[in-house]
Amino acid sequence: MGSIPWDLIGQGFLETLEMSVVSTMITYIIGLPMGVILSFTGPQGLHQNKAVYGVIGAIVNIVRSIPFLILLVLLIPVTRFIVGTSLGTAATCVPLTIGTIPIVARMVEQSLQEVPAGIKESALAMGASPWQVIRLFILPEAVPSLILGATINFLTILGYSAMAGFVGGGGLGDIAVRYGYYRYDTEILLVTVVILIVIVQVVQEIGTKLASSNKHD
Amino acid sequence: MSDRQTVFRLEHVSKVFSDGKNEVKALDDISLEIEKGDIFGIIGMSGAGKSTLVRTLNRLEDVSDGAVYFNGKDLKTLPAAKLRKERQSIGMIFQGFNLLMQKSVIKNVMMALKVAGAPKEKQIEKAKEMLEIVGLADKADAYPAQLSGGQKQRVAIARALSTDPEVLLCDEATSALDPKITGEILDLLQKINRELGVTIVIITHEMKVVEKICTKVAIINHGHLEEIGSVHDIFTNPQSDVGRQLVYPEGADELNPFDYTGRRLIRIAFDGHSANEPILANVIQRTGYSINILEANTSSINGQAFGQMIAELPGPDEADEKIIASLRKDGVSITEVTEKGASA
Repeated sequence: MGSIPWDLIGQGFLETLEMSVVSTMITYIIGLPMGVILSFTGPQGLHQNKAVYGVIGAIVNIVRSIPFLILLVLLIPVTRFIVGTSLGTAATCVPLTIGTIPIVARMVEQSLQEVPAGIKESALAMGASPWQVIRLFILPEAVPSLILGATINFLTILGYSAMAGFVGGGGLGDIAVRYGYYRYDTEILLVTVVILIVIVQVVQEIGTKLASSNKHD
Repeated sequence: MSDRQTVFRLEHVSKVFSDGKNEVKALDDISLEIEKGDIFGIIGMSGAGKSTLVRTLNRLEDVSDGAVYFNGKDLKTLPAAKLRKERQSIGMIFQGFNLLMQKSVIKNVMMALKVAGAPKEKQIEKAKEMLEIVGLADKADAYPAQLSGGQKQRVAIARALSTDPEVLLCDEATSALDPKITGEILDLLQKINRELGVTIVIITHEMKVVEKICTKVAIINHGHLEEIGSVHDIFTNPQSDVGRQLVYPEGADELNPFDYTGRRLIRIAFDGHSANEPILANVIQRTGYSINILEANTSSINGQAFGQMIAELPGPDEADEKIIASLRKDGVSITEVTEKGASA
C-alpha cells in the first residue's frame, strides 16, 4: 500500500461534482416540464389527456424499471452518438441524465399533486388560465417539496455517477473501482467512500435548510 | 315585481355526475334569478347540491342541461378566454379559504390582480386598500399559517374583491368558523354589500347565516329547488317540508309532541313589526279568554324579530273565533294547525 494519491482524488472529487451538477441541471430542464405535463394531463389534471399521460407514463415506467447499471451499458451507442465517446465525465452525463429524468418527472408530478385541489379551484375562479394556474399558483406552492425532491435526485445522480465508474465514467467512482476493486487498495477505497458520505451529508443539509426557509405553512 | 337588474338567471339547470356506472343527479331542473344588490342565500342539507349549484354560476362546473346567464350572457357558450374575463367579475370564497400558504398575505391578495394582468404598482396599491377594508392592514407581511381562521377568510375576501367584482360567491364560507367569528365575517359581507354594492350569493347549511344577512333565499334539497322567496316570507310561512324543517329545526311544526286534546290549535306568525308589541296580552285583555302556548320560537332576521308560536285555543268555537279575530286585527298571521300538522 502506497501513499494516497491526493491529486488524483481531488480531480475525481471535482469530476464527480461536475457530473452530478451538470446531469442534475439537464435532468431538471427536461424532467420538470415532463412532471408538469404529467400532472396537467393526469387523472386530476387541468387538461386531462389519457393518450399523452399514458405514453409519457409508460416511457417513464420503462426507463425506471431498467437497473441503472444495465441502462449504462444499453446506452453506450447513444452516448457515442451524442458525445463521440463512451468514456469520461462528459459521456457519463448521458446515461445519468436519461436514467434520472423519469424519476424527476414522477417526483415533480407528485409534488404538484400535493398542492391542495382548492388552490386550483380558487385560481380558476379568479379567471386564471391553465398555464397561469400552474405557473402562478401550483408551482410556487410546491417549491419546498420540489427542493426536497431535487436534493434526493441530486444524491441519486451522485450515487449513479459512482456506478458509472465500472464503465470508465471518471470521478470518484472510477477511482474507487480501479484502485479499491481491481487493485485491492482499501485505503483509497475508504477515502473515496468518506468523501462521498461527506458530500451527501452537506448536500442533504443544504437542501433541507433551503426547503424549510422557503416553507411558510 | 322589481325592475332591478338580473345578475344571474338560471333556466332549467340540471347536472348529472357519472362515473361510468352510476349516475347521480346533483341538480334537477333549477330555475331562479338573482338580482343586483341581493344577498342571496342558497340553503340545504349537506349533499343537497348547493355547492354544485354555486359552481355553475362561474362555470367551475358545467351544466348538463339548461343554461346559466350572467348579465344576460350564456356562460356555456362563452369561449375560454371570455369566460376567464367574466370570472374576474365574479369573486369567490371558500370554506377552506384556499390561500397560498407559501406567500405572504399581501401577495395572496395581489394574486387576483396578477391573474388579471394589472401592473405591479397597481397590484400593491389595490391589495393594501383591500386589506384596509377587511381590517388586516397590519398583517400584510404575515403568512397565512400565522393567521386565525377568521383572518384567513378576511384575506380571501380581500383577494376576491380586489378586482372589483360585481358578485361575490361564498361557498360555506363560515362553516369552518366559530359562531362569534361567523358573525363578524357576515357583518363584513353585509358591509361589502351595502358600501360597495356587491351582489352576494351565500351557500350554507345554517339557517342562522340566512337569518342574519340574506334578503332572499332558495331552499335546495336532493338537487331540487324546494322553495324560493324573500327571507321574510319563508320564515313566516315556509311552504315545503324541507323549508319547515329548516325554519323550525326543533320540530315546532309537528303535532306529535303535543297531547292532542281536541281543542283547536293555531300557529301565530309574527312579522318584524308585531313581535315588538304585546299582542297576546292585548288579546287576553280584549277578549277575556286565555290562550295556552305550546311552543314558541323567535329569531332575529336582518335585525327584525320574527316569531312562531303554536297556541291552544280554550274553546268553545265562539270564544276561539273571537280570539282569532282579535289577533287578525293586530295584523298577525294565523294558520290553523290540524291533527296531521298541516296548515288548514
